[in-house]
Amino acid sequence: MDSNSLFNTQRSDRWWFEPLWTGVGFLCFVIYTTWAMLQGDYYWWSAGVEGFGGYLSPFYSPLIFINPIVNGAAPIDHSWFGSWPEWWPNLIPASPAILILAGPLSFRMTCYYYRKFYYRSYFMSPPGCSVKGIRNKKYKGETALLIFQNLHRFTLYIAIGIIFILSYDAILSFFQGGEFGVGLGSIILTINPILLIGYTFGCHVFRHLSGGHKDCFTCPNGKPTFRYQVWKGVSWLNGRHMMWAWISMIWVAFTDIYVRMVASGYWIDMNTWNN
Amino acid sequence: MGLRKFKLFRGDSREGTMKDFKVEVDQGMVVLDVIHRIQSEQVGDLAVRWNCKAGKCGSCSVEINGKPKLACMTRMNEYSLEETISVRPIKTFPLIKDLVADVSWNYKQNKNIAPFTPDPDKKDNNGNYIMMQEDVDRVQEFRKCIECYLCQNVCHVLRDHDKKNEFVGPRFMIRLASLEMHPLDKADRIENIKNDYGSGMCNITRCCTDVCPEHIQITDNGIIPLKERVVDRYYDPIIWLWNKLFGKPK
Repeated sequence: MDSNSLFNTQRSDRWWFEPLWTGVGFLCFVIYTTWAMLQGDYYWWSAGVEGFGGYLSPFYSPLIFINPIVNGAAPIDHSWFGSWPEWWPNLIPASPAILILAGPLSFRMTCYYYRKFYYRSYFMSPPGCSVKGIRNKKYKGETALLIFQNLHRFTLYIAIGIIFILSYDAILSFFQGGEFGVGLGSIILTINPILLIGYTFGCHVFRHLSGGHKDCFTCPNGKPTFRYQVWKGVSWLNGRHMMWAWISMIWVAFTDIYVRMVASGYWIDMNTWNN
Repeated sequence: MGLRKFKLFRGDSREGTMKDFKVEVDQGMVVLDVIHRIQSEQVGDLAVRWNCKAGKCGSCSVEINGKPKLACMTRMNEYSLEETISVRPIKTFPLIKDLVADVSWNYKQNKNIAPFTPDPDKKDNNGNYIMMQEDVDRVQEFRKCIECYLCQNVCHVLRDHDKKNEFVGPRFMIRLASLEMHPLDKADRIENIKNDYGSGMCNITRCCTDVCPEHIQITDNGIIPLKERVVDRYYDPIIWLWNKLFGKPK
């Protein structure tokens, strides 16, 4: 009755629209992130003022090592382990982003929502509901090569750690040379961890760990436990996980763009420091 | 609403084809009403399974313009007047005749699942099993299932890859979830969920949730929590170490 060819379906609606826009949208993010990661410059702005405070791109935070001679680099005292190591191969750009981006990306790549869309958009497994995907007699789901998806909870721990770091960066953005102030960049850098909190703490694994693994929400005394209240809150976020995933992803890229543009002098940051 | 064009599958497991029909459609009709009118006025031997006509028995599952749906819950005014409406049997299960498929494989899966096993230690002082509303709410969602098997039909593991011997399907994953998350149940099915029912075969593409006429969050509330319980047991060295050091929580 039906052919086994790819995309074969009897559906007459625009089933291809969602996998197309999600696939293209994420591809744009990956291309920009890769480009920004390889640049290794213009990730820091403090208007040349030394001391506590400044804008740091989230793609480059935390700063494991710093190469202080590039344009738009953070002062060396912001580095966790000092200046860029001499043993670093010349073939790989000396970019702090290279050292840390795998952490947050691993969280997104194993996320249950991202899995849905990239299995559909990129792996065609399946491209849409009741739409024929790539034929695979040896389909194993997530039991063979993709068994690593079960490590999602460990990437959650990394993501939570990064939220703390980016929250510190948000506080840092309200200072310049130790002087408190507010800039457009401060607001952008503050919204960033808030959106990441919405995404990370609405994650399916966090929902499970926070209370979903319990069979009883009212044991032992018949009254709803604190865990149940937490689980309900996480479930509310989880019901909007796709929205948080996209907004936080777009915002983190926009934050990098903003810092990059201000640091390279293309955009002027409106702020109370008058610089 | 006037004269509408329909295409219905006519045939059996050996051969079949889509047949054209023109039929008068009245205001308020659903697709099942139109199929019945065709059956009554044009092809008396048309096979179609139905029962309640209210979206509660799960009998009239078909594919309407390629989308798995209940014929009794699909209103004609969802489609434009010019659109030809094609109705086919659900694809994943063997065809019996016309719009009727043999879904008996599902009943066999159901029999393999360890049934509800109440824990006598959880009786109250009067010998009754008591559940609080908060605990009822979570498993109650899964009890809304009407066993229409649209989720089984659309699941690509069963539909495209034909892994019926390796994956029990979304309907039974939520049955397992309803049992595993039940506060009064004492049976442990996690090992079976991983090894026999194939939780790892599901790659979370959520088509089951998309087609569920009862709007059960099959993936988010059923399958993913079960996958995470499997991770707890088999893939989390921290929990493994914790249990070794401090013993498994009761």
